[in-house]
Amino acid sequence: MLKKIFLLIKNYYKFIILAIAFYVLIEMLNGTIPVLPRILTRYYMQILMFALINIIMTVSLNLINGFTGQFSIGHAGFMCIGAYTSAYFTTILFKASNMAYFPQLVLFIFSLIMGGLIAALAGYLIGLPTLRLKGDYLAIVTLAFGEVVRSIVRATDEIAVFFENIGLVRFSETISQLSGPRGLSSIPALSKFWFVYVTTILSIIVMRNFIYSTHGRACLSIRENELAAETMGVNTTRYKIISFSMSAFFAGVGGGLFAHVLRFIHPDNFSFIKSIDYLIYLYAGGMGSITGSIIAATGLTVLPEFLRVINFQQWRLVVYPLFLVILMLRKPDGIFGNREFSFLIPKRKEDH
Amino acid sequence: MNKKKLSDTLNHNISIYNELANWKKYLIISIITLFFLSLYVMSFGLKSFLQQLINGIQLGSIYALIALGYTMVYGIIKLINFAHGDLFMFGAYISCFLGNYLIAQNFRFPFIVVLLVSMIITAILGMIIEKVAYKPLRFKPRLAALITALGVSLFLENFFALSPRDVPFPINKIVFGPAFLPFPALIADQTYNFAGISINNIRILNITVTILLMILLQYIVKKTMVGKAMRAVAFNKDACLMMGINIDKIISITFGIGTSLAAAAGTLFALNYGQLQSPYLGIWPGLKAFIAAVLGGIGNIPGAMVGSYLMGISETFATSINSNFGYGIAFVILIVVLIFKPAGLLGKFTKEKV
Repeated sequence: MLKKIFLLIKNYYKFIILAIAFYVLIEMLNGTIPVLPRILTRYYMQILMFALINIIMTVSLNLINGFTGQFSIGHAGFMCIGAYTSAYFTTILFKASNMAYFPQLVLFIFSLIMGGLIAALAGYLIGLPTLRLKGDYLAIVTLAFGEVVRSIVRATDEIAVFFENIGLVRFSETISQLSGPRGLSSIPALSKFWFVYVTTILSIIVMRNFIYSTHGRACLSIRENELAAETMGVNTTRYKIISFSMSAFFAGVGGGLFAHVLRFIHPDNFSFIKSIDYLIYLYAGGMGSITGSIIAATGLTVLPEFLRVINFQQWRLVVYPLFLVILMLRKPDGIFGNREFSFLIPKRKEDH
Repeated sequence: MNKKKLSDTLNHNISIYNELANWKKYLIISIITLFFLSLYVMSFGLKSFLQQLINGIQLGSIYALIALGYTMVYGIIKLINFAHGDLFMFGAYISCFLGNYLIAQNFRFPFIVVLLVSMIITAILGMIIEKVAYKPLRFKPRLAALITALGVSLFLENFFALSPRDVPFPINKIVFGPAFLPFPALIADQTYNFAGISINNIRILNITVTILLMILLQYIVKKTMVGKAMRAVAFNKDACLMMGINIDKIISITFGIGTSLAAAAGTLFALNYGQLQSPYLGIWPGLKAFIAAVLGGIGNIPGAMVGSYLMGISETFATSINSNFGYGIAFVILIVVLIFKPAGLLGKFTKEKV
């Protein structure tokens, strides 16, 4: 056991040191560790939290788009499912805002995992029939899936009436509490910065380990050449569904965090435009590069807000797409292509 | 020559036979459709049914015009041109300004002029976008061009939504501003009543113009040299280079035709609804039309028409029941169709060969 932990630390020490150093830096600037004057106000902290959530979303999208080579653009749909599930647990079922801090945290973790699991289930169900579609057709189905999720949430009132009419009163009450078209408000502010940070780090580690495992290799082989992979005995459908559900799981977790940062969710938060944002982060960073996803998600979340801060207010929404177009024309493979920072690549075992 | 023709017809007959072998599937689909339609007629009445049908055809013809552009561009360079919805918006705004100007000059028949000029200007913009943003990426990874298309789309929306008061001189003459604009009445509105069903003359015009443009497009693609070259480029670019077809020129022309159809759709859309909400108005019609194109089999011109009418009609029916259903129905139909026919309604499913 001890040896295992030691090995874990040895494998990850660069990553862990970097993560802790960055965290300490942020907390110093935030004024929690009173060394430096407080530079980061709550506004900046919120942007940072959004950047972290976007990192989770982009890396998870990278899992299916970049590493498995299946073109999915309905990521906001899974985010929506995760957000609504976890917000339902904390806001309605547990009423977490009037509990002590510790159980609150436990409940939050539980609800996040539930959100992720429900999103993964949705991913599994939608992936089962549709993953046999190729290329652009798969993209369109996933896009449509995202929009269907959104329109179902928008129609919760009518669905509640329907269930009331057929006699399921309890169920109908539950659904009407989600108050779809008006948005779900007064969600407890459970996503603290440290929590979002730790979740992000954990998600990155889990996804990276998946990619460099046997299963991940199978996914990579599907990306490189599906026919060849199938010939070599890789069960392509199975691995596609695994990576799709996993991607959906982390999207659900990201959605849960998002709901508890923003404290108000509306189905229109999770529209096609949101999915497109993640797609942009992914391609700007580079397909098949976790580093690229991290850098691009952070950079492109901060860039529009930075332009706002330096009084470039009216131009910011014009500069952002221009930057994107120029980036794509200059570097069509994204900033990082499929290169990685060395600390994200596991060392090869010598004894083999 | 004769032998070739014979074998072609034979193949065609065999494929028709194969299609007919699936008659059970089609029977089930048509029974389900008839069931829903009769349910609708029973609960809302025949009058409402016919009224919604006409509204649906009108909406479908707008989708069809946008979808044709999408499908042509996709067919020729395999790019989902996300900026197409914004070119639709651009066309609508151009015809709004031009219409206001012409009406102020007491011009007799402003509609035709407005339609043609807006089509030409938008086509030029489309060609410029193709030259600047897509051409350098033609032989690069396909998804890079897709992201560029998204970037161009965001740029067009946000650039034209800049408020003229906030920006310096040369730009404030170009931008449209984020505000709501009334669309000039290019044609006097007249409503005809047939047994309780009301039809607007604008709706009739809308449907006729769409059908005329479709026939024109079909003529261009099937009968002219340019159309032949377009089909050749869509089929095999390398062979076209060897045959001396100027690929750049043909792709440019395709973009021009596609975007001019989008501009026509924008003009008709704005004329029908009498207003322009904001430069973001192209997003949703563009997306719906794109889905219609996929529904019919993307890259396939008759498919885009069928898909668009199906989409428009089902959407109006569902919206008349509940607005949220109307929003989601398009996507549900799409998912169901693609599960059973993975290449769309009229698309051919090509098996991958090693």
